Amino acid sequence: MPLQENGRIRPKGIDRVKRREFIKRASQATGLAAVCVGGGWFFHDREWFKYEPPIVHKPDFQIAPDNAYPQISLSRNQDHVLALRDALDAVGGIARFVRAGERVTVKPNVGWDRTAAQAANTSPVLVGEMVRQCLDAGAAEVIVTDVTCNEARRCFLRSGIKEAAEKAGAKVILAVEDDYLVMDLKGRLLTSWPVLRHFVETDRLINMPIVKHHSLSMCTVGMKNLYGILGGRRNQLHQEIDQSIVDLAMFSRPTLTVVDATRVLMRGGPQGGSLDDVNIEHSVICATDQVAADARAVEFLGLAAADVAHIVQAEKAGLGLIDYRAAGYKENLG
Amino acid sequence: MTVGTVRNLRRFSQVSFFGVFCWLVLKTNFEVAISPDTVSEVFLPYPVSIALQFDPLVALTTLLANGTLFKGLLWSLAVLIPTIFLGRFFCGWVCPLGTLNHWISEIRSERISFRGKGKIESNRYKKYQRIKYYIFLFMIAAALFGTLQSGLLDPLPLMARSIGTLVLPTAHAAADGVLGWVKSFGFKPLSGAAQFVYDMFAPFLLNFRQVHFHGIVSIAILFGGIVVTNRVFTRFWCRGLCPLGAMLGIFSRYATFGLQKDEKSCDHCNLCLQSCQGADNPDVGTRWRQTECHVCLNCQAACPQGSLDFKFFPTLEGTRTNPPPNQRVDITKRKTVASLAAGAALFPMLRSGDSFEINADSRLIRPPGSVIEDDFLARCIRCGQCMRVCPNNALHPTLLESGLEGVWTPILIPKVGYCEPSCTLCGQVCPTGAILELTLLEKVGDKETPANRIGTAFFDRGRCLPWAMATRCIVCEEWCPTSPKAVYLKEELVTDRQGKEVRVQRPYIDPDLCTGCGACEFACPVVDQPAVYVTSVGESRSPDNQILLRRKKPTTIPPGETP
Repeated sequence: MPLQENGRIRPKGIDRVKRREFIKRASQATGLAAVCVGGGWFFHDREWFKYEPPIVHKPDFQIAPDNAYPQISLSRNQDHVLALRDALDAVGGIARFVRAGERVTVKPNVGWDRTAAQAANTSPVLVGEMVRQCLDAGAAEVIVTDVTCNEARRCFLRSGIKEAAEKAGAKVILAVEDDYLVMDLKGRLLTSWPVLRHFVETDRLINMPIVKHHSLSMCTVGMKNLYGILGGRRNQLHQEIDQSIVDLAMFSRPTLTVVDATRVLMRGGPQGGSLDDVNIEHSVICATDQVAADARAVEFLGLAAADVAHIVQAEKAGLGLIDYRAAGYKENLG
Repeated sequence: MTVGTVRNLRRFSQVSFFGVFCWLVLKTNFEVAISPDTVSEVFLPYPVSIALQFDPLVALTTLLANGTLFKGLLWSLAVLIPTIFLGRFFCGWVCPLGTLNHWISEIRSERISFRGKGKIESNRYKKYQRIKYYIFLFMIAAALFGTLQSGLLDPLPLMARSIGTLVLPTAHAAADGVLGWVKSFGFKPLSGAAQFVYDMFAPFLLNFRQVHFHGIVSIAILFGGIVVTNRVFTRFWCRGLCPLGAMLGIFSRYATFGLQKDEKSCDHCNLCLQSCQGADNPDVGTRWRQTECHVCLNCQAACPQGSLDFKFFPTLEGTRTNPPPNQRVDITKRKTVASLAAGAALFPMLRSGDSFEINADSRLIRPPGSVIEDDFLARCIRCGQCMRVCPNNALHPTLLESGLEGVWTPILIPKVGYCEPSCTLCGQVCPTGAILELTLLEKVGDKETPANRIGTAFFDRGRCLPWAMATRCIVCEEWCPTSPKAVYLKEELVTDRQGKEVRVQRPYIDPDLCTGCGACEFACPVVDQPAVYVTSVGESRSPDNQILLRRKKPTTIPPGETP
């Protein structure tokens, strides 16, 4: 029936919805509107991603001092395995540093895509022997890792460290993005930084640097090697290199520092590349004093520790002694 | 053997070749185990680019463009010769993009043109199928004059490029995103399960770390377009556009294997058309087209009357209701001439523009071992294998850095990744010799041999910390991999704003030593626009793109002084 014109009353039921239908349709629309308003209210100014404060934790892996042993020892031997064993025995042997069931992280310098002979990375022979020593002492697990500068897979492969460490029974870990913990380093300069988990979540840390020239810090030995525990924007650290090295050494106290001075990179560091820049020294240093280790090691570079700013600052900060002989020094020149 | 068995064989072949192709792209990766005591160089364990060397279009166009069949490209005869006798079996049995298109096309659809009569009509031969021949002829003429454009649309390079630089990186980002999202609930068993699944697939599907490629959206548009059009017309790409399909169609001209139809037993149910892949008119009453047929054998398997029979030497005679098969390529003379002429005009047109050499992008840094640009553009098929294998994510598909002529050819972007001196992988995987394989000695050089150079670094002294901000830095010098270092330092006493004296080392570049690897640019702390940057000048491959009249030997340069 057509609608009547001229505004007259229309017959009931033709152009009007039934009450039931009205309620249904009106509530559908209202429901959707309510969801929109509710959603808007719910999400308004809501912060899903809470700022997580950096973890405060001081990884101190040092062992109690014992006056029966020297703080630092140096051993020279054509056979680098024997040199390491000898130097290690002089400071008390592996049993003093690693106990049965402990998890040990070994931190060699694996910064660069270089071969062992080029002396930019720690000797794979020494890394392998160190892993073996730890496992012999009953370590539950030995992890070998480093945050490399060049591509991690190439560095671990071409340095020979992956092969040597795995052969010796270690677990080699290449750092990936979610392996980092954002930590408060509590340094004078360095505060919140990502640190590779395996350098914090472990029982013992053995720092295994190699002795190299560096144009800014003059040398890179033990304390500078700790740059490799960090992720993030490491390339900013150079701006205040001395303080950042000291902050790192204050933060991460290794159980033992084993310095590879079997080959020493005299120029073109820290990457090297030319064998002409490498001196053969056949020496290994073991030390419980980070500063003493660095102070002795820089002599291979023809430097005096007193001239190297970060070593001087580290001593001032109470990290150890530049006068390594006063710290107790034993030397076996073979 | 029944036709059903043969069809199942085809399905098995498709799955296998698709799997092998994807596996090869996956293995185009830094996954090697060497003993550094015995070998100092890194070699890939598999010939990962071999699939691309089986591509006859790659072989033909590179042959036309540079006059030689490079290394393994002779393998392409293994596809071409059987095609001459059997027809386009490659499209239906082997081609990974064809297989992908086949699968996508066969997903059930709500479109009218994918059901019943609509499907039958859409599977009849259409004139648009000629387009691929004109594309092919255009590419051929362009290649003959020296610009290789076939790689843009050639299915094998296209597939390798799309998987390597688009699909896998996207999958990586998606997997990481989902894992992070699941973990964000903080429910331990769920996080553990997600991590378990992730760890199961990540080692062989995902890269060691997330890679980021330049301009992947342009690659996505083409690849996505090819995939999506399958939902409108069955295998639209294969039927209408694929230049390799066109080439194989042309080479099927004298095929001895083909479809014989028996008009007497046929009751015109059209089931053959329902499942036809190539739109080659398998039904009785129309002219079967050899050059369009993918030899998938679906029609024969579908025929309830047994009227269709693929066999060697089918009779060419026919009746009025069943026209004889047509082995001729359906193209017109005028359009053939026009396509060839357009292709021939492409090269002079491109080279009369300014983007080749004359006003080339200064940041057009080619991979180490690349041949000179003219030859490079006659060889590169844009398969993206070099980009996929680069362990540093340094190589990327270009957008317009080498003009429209070089879209998706490789470029090194040091800000994303630098060239590792000891690495020669890109040359190892290049299937066409656009990047020559260097030995380690040729790459890094020694006292006598010059190193391979891809550019030269320059300092932006307005952004460099020791130069502009009285701040110590020299990260570039630390990272410089040459010996002696190409970045050298001069110590200077400068005063900062407060008048305090600061001793800084200011970096300089020695153009005699710089190889343009870009490690300095990569490591520079001025991250958004590095204060040291590489441009292509000084690259070994070019006699003209040089700065120095005479380059000193490394031995004549004193080792850097220690401060």
